[in-house]
Amino acid sequence: MITAPQNRGFVEPGHGSGLLDVGRRRYLLSLLVRKEVQVRYRGSVLGWLWSYVKPTFQFLVFFLALGVFLQQNRNMESYPIYLFSGLIVINLFNEAFGNGTRSIVDNGALIKKIYLPREMFPVSSTIVAFVNFLPQLVVTLIVCLLVGWHPEPTQILGLVLGMLIVIVLSTGLGMLFGAANVSFRDSQNFVELIALVATWASPVLYPWTTVRKVLPDWLLQIYLVNPLTTAVELFHAGLWFPTTSETADLPPDLLLKGGLALVIAVIVLLLGQLVFRRLEGRFAQDL
Amino acid sequence: MPRTSETDARIIVRNVDKRFVLRHTHSLKETFISLIRRKSLVTTFEALHDIDFEIGEGESVALLGFNGSGKSTLLKLMSGVLRPDRGQILTRGRIAGLIEVGAGFHPDLSGRENVYLNAAILGMSRKEVDERFDDIVAFSEIGDFIDTEVKHYSSGMFVRLAFAVAIHTTLDIMLVDEVLSVGDEPFQKKCIAKLRELQSQGKTMVVVSHDLDTVSRLCERGILINKGRVVFDGGSADAVAAMRAG
Ligand SMILES: Nc1ncnc2c1ncn2[C@@H]1O[C@H](COP(=O)(O)OP(=O)(O)OP(=O)(O)O)[C@@H](O)[C@H]1O
Ligand SMILES: [Mg+2]
Repeated sequence: MITAPQNRGFVEPGHGSGLLDVGRRRYLLSLLVRKEVQVRYRGSVLGWLWSYVKPTFQFLVFFLALGVFLQQNRNMESYPIYLFSGLIVINLFNEAFGNGTRSIVDNGALIKKIYLPREMFPVSSTIVAFVNFLPQLVVTLIVCLLVGWHPEPTQILGLVLGMLIVIVLSTGLGMLFGAANVSFRDSQNFVELIALVATWASPVLYPWTTVRKVLPDWLLQIYLVNPLTTAVELFHAGLWFPTTSETADLPPDLLLKGGLALVIAVIVLLLGQLVFRRLEGRFAQDL
Repeated sequence: MPRTSETDARIIVRNVDKRFVLRHTHSLKETFISLIRRKSLVTTFEALHDIDFEIGEGESVALLGFNGSGKSTLLKLMSGVLRPDRGQILTRGRIAGLIEVGAGFHPDLSGRENVYLNAAILGMSRKEVDERFDDIVAFSEIGDFIDTEVKHYSSGMFVRLAFAVAIHTTLDIMLVDEVLSVGDEPFQKKCIAKLRELQSQGKTMVVVSHDLDTVSRLCERGILINKGRVVFDGGSADAVAAMRAG
């Protein structure tokens, strides 16, 4: 009796199909991404250059501190490329995750007044972060080519896999924390903490072999199961490794680990979607 | 309960309650402390109670009531912005909601960008907006301001543009909240004329306005809400009379 009207074209307003709706409404998604890109640096002189100033400085600081002062530069071949190729992965993650977490609250005005699939916001945050990431990748590739980069197809595949892992993972986490952030604004501070940890908990500034030296095997396995670590290592394998004499030790079965990391990321995404749908009904009234 | 009109209904509202939880806390710490002290930091407020009606295809309904009676809440439930706590709401067809001034407008974008964004939110494709863009701007009479950021618009200009976008979408149901009263008189007349045109095309509409005379002339049916309950449902002139009688 209750379900009968649905068969005649009736729907319950406000009950979408989540991420599937985002896929269906790509035009709206593209406009939201454009909006985000336009609004972000409105009123600043350097504008979008800021998104390159930041990674450049970050790179210089780390390079000076770790590469020169701590002499990683001497211990490792092509340390600058090692450093930068890992940093851009972590930056992609941190930006997508951070913006995704803030996206629901930031778009409160829209969410309170008009219905649209709310998953749009974390997804568009990830896309914006990716748009920001691409030029950084291009710069890295150019530098790699200049120093004689000769990757194999599996290494290129690894790069794509690495990006996919980060994109899926950060979208899932962005949905999870973005939804929680509506009621608990602590979430966004918590996420800043995670961002800080993420930079150090993956082999971005140091090689993973130094971790192998100090951690017992079971702890090392836990360290390596972190999908971000895998993504970073996939980037090292694809960008940095082919520019060296290829004697360095990469984690074993990297592509397999990549597959596992992607599975973990997809699980996080599904979990994020689940929690998001649970909390979504209250967004408009709690914001 | 036999419902004869169900076959051509557009909106079905069945035994709907809407409660708002007023939380007096917003941090984990405060929540934690209140948990320990077993003190409740929430009060619930029932904004709508057992609302039950249907709106048929081509019907125009005026939603009447004093401030805070729950009219906007009801419209938000129909548009999907809010969800009912009990009961069910069903709609059939595309909805364009004009709830509150500037719904779906981003202050930092220009009028032009906002038209595209808002139209896309209402479900239009790029091609559709391209085709109708000139009509939308012409209707709004915004003129050269279309390329100005909307934060520099007056509230009337805001409403003009939002209204123009909404009525140029392909829609079956139009929800209008309080926007008619913001525009100046010539624009109001134009809006009413446009709404009448939509009526003659068989569109369904629900209109909230404190301009009782205008809204009762526009709509045949009136639903009067008082403190979250439907107290009158019938002819709009009678509904206005009931409201004035108190
Ligand atoms: N998000 C919310 N959280 C808590 N209370 C809310 C929320 N939205 C509305 N209310 C409450 O619900 C009641 C009904 O509000 P609503 O906006 O529906 O009134 P209205 O009939 O539209 O009034 P008006 O004529 O002033 O526009 C009000 O008491 C309001 O305080
Ligand atoms: Mg209202």
